Amino acid sequence: MITLQTADLLRILPEIVLSAFGVLVMVLEPFVEAAHKKLLGWLAVLGVLAAGAATFRTSLDPGMAFGGALAADGFSFYFIYLFLLVAGLVILGSMDYLERDHIQHGEYYALVLLGTVGMCFMAASTDLIMIFLGLEISSISTYILAGFRRQDRVSNEASLKYFLLGSFATAFFLFGIAWVYGLTGTTNLLGIRAQLAGPGQWSRFAIVALVLMFVGLAFKLSTVPFQIWTPDVYQGSPAPVAAFLSVGPKAAAFAILLRVFVGSFAGASGVTFQLLWVSAALTMCVGNLAALWQSNIKRLLAYSSIAHAGYILVGLAAGGSRGVSAVMYYLVAYSLMNVGAFILIAHLASTGERLVEIEDYKGLGAERPAVAACLAVLFLSLAGIPTTAGFLGKFYLFRAAMHSHLVGLTVLALLNSTVSVYYYLRVIIAMYMREGKTETSAAVLPWPVRVVLATSILGIFYLGLAPNLLVGISSLTLPLPR
Amino acid sequence: MTWYTAHALSIVTFLPLVGAAIIAFVGRERAPLIRWLALLVSVLTFFGTVGLYLGFDLHRSGMQFEEFHVWMVVPPVNYHLGIDGLSVLMILLAGLLTPLSILVSWNSITQRVKEFFLFLLALETGMIGVFVSLDLILFFVFWEVMLIPMYFLIGIWGHERRVYAAVKFMIYTMAGSALMLVGILYLYNVTGSFDFPDVLGHLSTTLLSPQTERWLFLAFFVAFAIKVPLFPFHTWLPDAHVEAPTAGSVLLAGVLLKMGTYGMLRFCLPLFPAASHEFAPVICVLAIVGIIYGALVAMVQPDLKKLVAYSSVAHLGFCVLGIFVFNAQGMEGSIYQMFSHGVSTGALFMLVGMLYDRRHTRLISEFGGLATSVPVYSTFFLIVTLSSLGLPMLNGFIGEFLIIVGSYHSRALYAALAAVGVVLAAVYLLWMYQRVFYGEIRNEKNRNLPDCDRREKFILTTVVLVILAMGIYPQPFLRRLDQSVASILQRVEQQTWLSTERAPVRLPGGER
Repeated sequence: MITLQTADLLRILPEIVLSAFGVLVMVLEPFVEAAHKKLLGWLAVLGVLAAGAATFRTSLDPGMAFGGALAADGFSFYFIYLFLLVAGLVILGSMDYLERDHIQHGEYYALVLLGTVGMCFMAASTDLIMIFLGLEISSISTYILAGFRRQDRVSNEASLKYFLLGSFATAFFLFGIAWVYGLTGTTNLLGIRAQLAGPGQWSRFAIVALVLMFVGLAFKLSTVPFQIWTPDVYQGSPAPVAAFLSVGPKAAAFAILLRVFVGSFAGASGVTFQLLWVSAALTMCVGNLAALWQSNIKRLLAYSSIAHAGYILVGLAAGGSRGVSAVMYYLVAYSLMNVGAFILIAHLASTGERLVEIEDYKGLGAERPAVAACLAVLFLSLAGIPTTAGFLGKFYLFRAAMHSHLVGLTVLALLNSTVSVYYYLRVIIAMYMREGKTETSAAVLPWPVRVVLATSILGIFYLGLAPNLLVGISSLTLPLPR
Repeated sequence: MTWYTAHALSIVTFLPLVGAAIIAFVGRERAPLIRWLALLVSVLTFFGTVGLYLGFDLHRSGMQFEEFHVWMVVPPVNYHLGIDGLSVLMILLAGLLTPLSILVSWNSITQRVKEFFLFLLALETGMIGVFVSLDLILFFVFWEVMLIPMYFLIGIWGHERRVYAAVKFMIYTMAGSALMLVGILYLYNVTGSFDFPDVLGHLSTTLLSPQTERWLFLAFFVAFAIKVPLFPFHTWLPDAHVEAPTAGSVLLAGVLLKMGTYGMLRFCLPLFPAASHEFAPVICVLAIVGIIYGALVAMVQPDLKKLVAYSSVAHLGFCVLGIFVFNAQGMEGSIYQMFSHGVSTGALFMLVGMLYDRRHTRLISEFGGLATSVPVYSTFFLIVTLSSLGLPMLNGFIGEFLIIVGSYHSRALYAALAAVGVVLAAVYLLWMYQRVFYGEIRNEKNRNLPDCDRREKFILTTVVLVILAMGIYPQPFLRRLDQSVASILQRVEQQTWLSTERAPVRLPGGER
C-alpha cells in the first residue's frame, strides 16, 4: 500500500498547484460577471506562474515519488517548464481572442490548466498506468477545447473527430500496456527495463506490445499514417487551441516516447529503430508534400506540424544522448514558433476566424510592417533559416542522425526541409509581394498578444544565436533514471 | 588601433547590419535620410575593406586578421574569421559594389525605400560573412541567411515575374546547400571538427576512402555549382537576374555568383584533392559548354538584361575552367576574372538599369542611334563592353588570358575551345552595342533622352577607373593571390598522383 507522505506530495507540487488553480477557476466562474470573465484568464496566468515557482521548489529536492510511479528528475522538470511556458503563452494569447469571438467562458482556462496537468504527469510518470492517466487527462481536456466554438459546426466536427480517433488510439496504447504487464508482471518503467533488458527477452509478443503502444502515441504525434485527423482538427479548433494542440500533447507524447521507448524498451532498439525510421521518412514526406497544396493557413500549419514531427522522429531514430538532447531542444524551439504563429493568426483572423486563407494576407507587409515581420520571422524559423531556433534545432537533429550514420534519412530530411521552404514562402509572398488591402491589416493586437509574440520571437533568436544553455541542460538529462 | 586590427573582420562584416538596424528605427517617410544613411554605412564598410586590402601582408601564407571565439560548445562550432588573398579580394569586391548599388537605386527605388536599403545592407553583411568565415557551420549560416534579403530584393522590387524568379532562386540554392550540410556533418563525423583549418589538417594526415571523398566532393560541389551557376545548373540565373531590380542584379552577378567559385577554391579543392582531380575533366567540359552555350544564347537575346545575364554564364564558365586546370596561371586568372567580372558585369547591369529608368524597356529593338542622343552614356557603355569582352589594357583581358594560358598547360583543346568563347563574346557584345548605339535614331522616344546626370557619372567614372587600373597594372591584385594560390595548389598536388605540367608563374606587370 502506498501511504501519502509529504515528500511525495512535494514532488508533484506543480501538478497540485495547477489543478488547484484549475478547480478554482471553475468554482469562481459562476460568480464572475460576463464582463469580467477575462479576470479568470489572469487567474490562470497566475496559476501557471505559481506552478513555475512550485516546479522550482520541487527541483531543489529531486527524486522518485509514490513508490516509483513518478520521477521528479531533470527530464520531467525540463518538460514541465516547457508545458508551463506553452500554457502561459496560450492563455495570454486566448483572452482577447475569446472576448472578440464572444466565447469568453471560464472553463476554457480551467481546461487549459487541467490539460497541462495531464501533460506534466505524462512527462513525470515512470509507471505505465500513471502515464495513461496523464494521457487521458490531457486528451479529454483537449477534446473539449477543440470544440470550444460551440456555435460553429466545423469546431464541433473537429472536437468529435479528435475525440473518436483519440479514444481509439488511447485504446491501442492501453492494450499495449496490458500486453507489457502480461509479459513482465509490472507497469513500472524501471522494472520493465530490467525485465526486457536484452534482445533475448524480446519475444514476438513483446514486439506486438511495443507496436501497439507506438500506434497509440503515433496518433498524438500525428505521424503518418495516423495523421489524418490533424488538418481537420487544427482547422476547426479555435486558433489558440490549435496552438495548444500542436505543441502541448505532441511534446508530451514525445516525452513518453523518450521515457518508454528510449528508456524502458532500450533492449528492443533494433525494432524501435525500424519503426522510427519508417515513420520519420513517411511523416516528413507526406506532411511536406500535402502542405504544398494548402490555401488555408491553419491547414498549412497543420501539415507543417506533421512534417516537424517527422524531423523530430529523425532525432529519435538517431538515438543516443545526442538524439535525445536534440529532440528536447527541438521541442522547445518548435513550441515557440508554432505557438507564436497560431496566436498571431488567431488575432489576424478577425471575428469568427474568417480570414484564414493565405490570400487574406495580401498586402500585409506594406500595411502592417511590424506584424508582417513577426509572422515572417516565425515562418522563416519554421523553414529552418539560420540564426533562428528552427535552424539550430534541425542542425542538432541531423547531426545526431549523421552521427548514427543515418545518411539516407538525413538527406531525405534535408530535401524535405527544402521543399518546406516553398510553402512557408507562400505566406511571405502573399504578405510582401502581392498588392492588396485586406481586413487582416485592421487587426488589433492587444498587449498580452504582443507579449506572446515578443516571447516567441526573442526566444527564437535567443535559442538560434546562443543555444549553449538549453543544449547544456538538455544533454544532461536522462530519459529514464539509472 | 590594435583593438581595431584584432576585430577588423567582425567590424567590417557587421557594420552594414548595424546600419540596417539603425535604418529600422528611422521613420519610413524620411526617405532621403535613409538613403544617405545607407550610403554612409556602405562607404564606411568600403573603407574598411580597403583597409583590410592594404593591411594584408603579402608575404605571409595562411590566414590573417583571424578572430576566434567559441560559439556553441556542443557540438563545437566556433566564430572563426580570417582572410587570405582570395577572400580579401572578394570582400573588397562586395565593399565596392554595395555603395555603387545604393547609388544606382537612389532614384529608381521609390516604393518602400526603408525596407529596400535595410535589406541591401543586411545582404552586404551576409556576403562579407561568407567570405570571411573559417568555420564550416558559420560559413553555412552566412551562406543561407544571405538568401533572405536577396529573396526580398528580387520579390518585392523586381519586375513582372519577380515572385517566380525569387522563389526559384531560393529553392535552387537551398536544395544545393541542403546537400552541403549533409557533407559538412559527415566531415564532422570523420574529423570531429567544424573548424576549417582543423578539418583540413585532419584530412591531410588521414585520407578519406576514395568513395567517401567522391560523395563528399559532390555534396559540396553541387551546392557551389548551382550558385556559380555551372551549366546545367544555370536555369535559375536568367530569371533571377532579369527580374531583380538593378541593385539586386549587380550584387547577384557581382558578388553572389562568386560565392560558388570561392567555395570551390576554398573548400572543394583543398578538402577533396583526389576527387577534384578525378572530376576535373567532367567539370572542365561543363565549364566549356557553359562558355560557349552562354555566349550563343546571349547572342540571340532580344532583351539587354538577359543578354548580360547569359554573358555571366559564359564568364563564370571561364572562372570554373581556370580553377579545375590546377595550375597557378589558371587559378590566379580565375580569381582575377571573378573580381573583374564583378566590376564589368555589375557595371553592365547598372548601365542597363539606367537605360531602363529612362525608357522603361530593355528590348534591343527599341533602341538604335543612342550614340548621338546620349554621348556620355554611350562612351561609358563602350568602355564597359570592351572590358567585358576582354580587350587588352582593360580588366577582362588579364583574367581570360591567364585562364587560357593555364588551360593550355593542362590540355590544349580546352584552351582552344575557351578561346572560341572569347571570340563569341566579342560578337554578341559588339553586335549588341552596334544595334543599340549606332545607326539612325529610329524611335523618336530616343531622340531627347537625358544624358547621364552627376550621380550616374560618378558611379560610372568610379567603375571605369577600376577597370583601367585593373587592366593596366594588375600586379597589386595578383601579388595578393600568390600565397593563397600556392597553398591551395600545394595541397591539391600533395595527395594526387596526377600531376599537371606547371610552368613557372610570373607575370611581369610591364608586359601588357
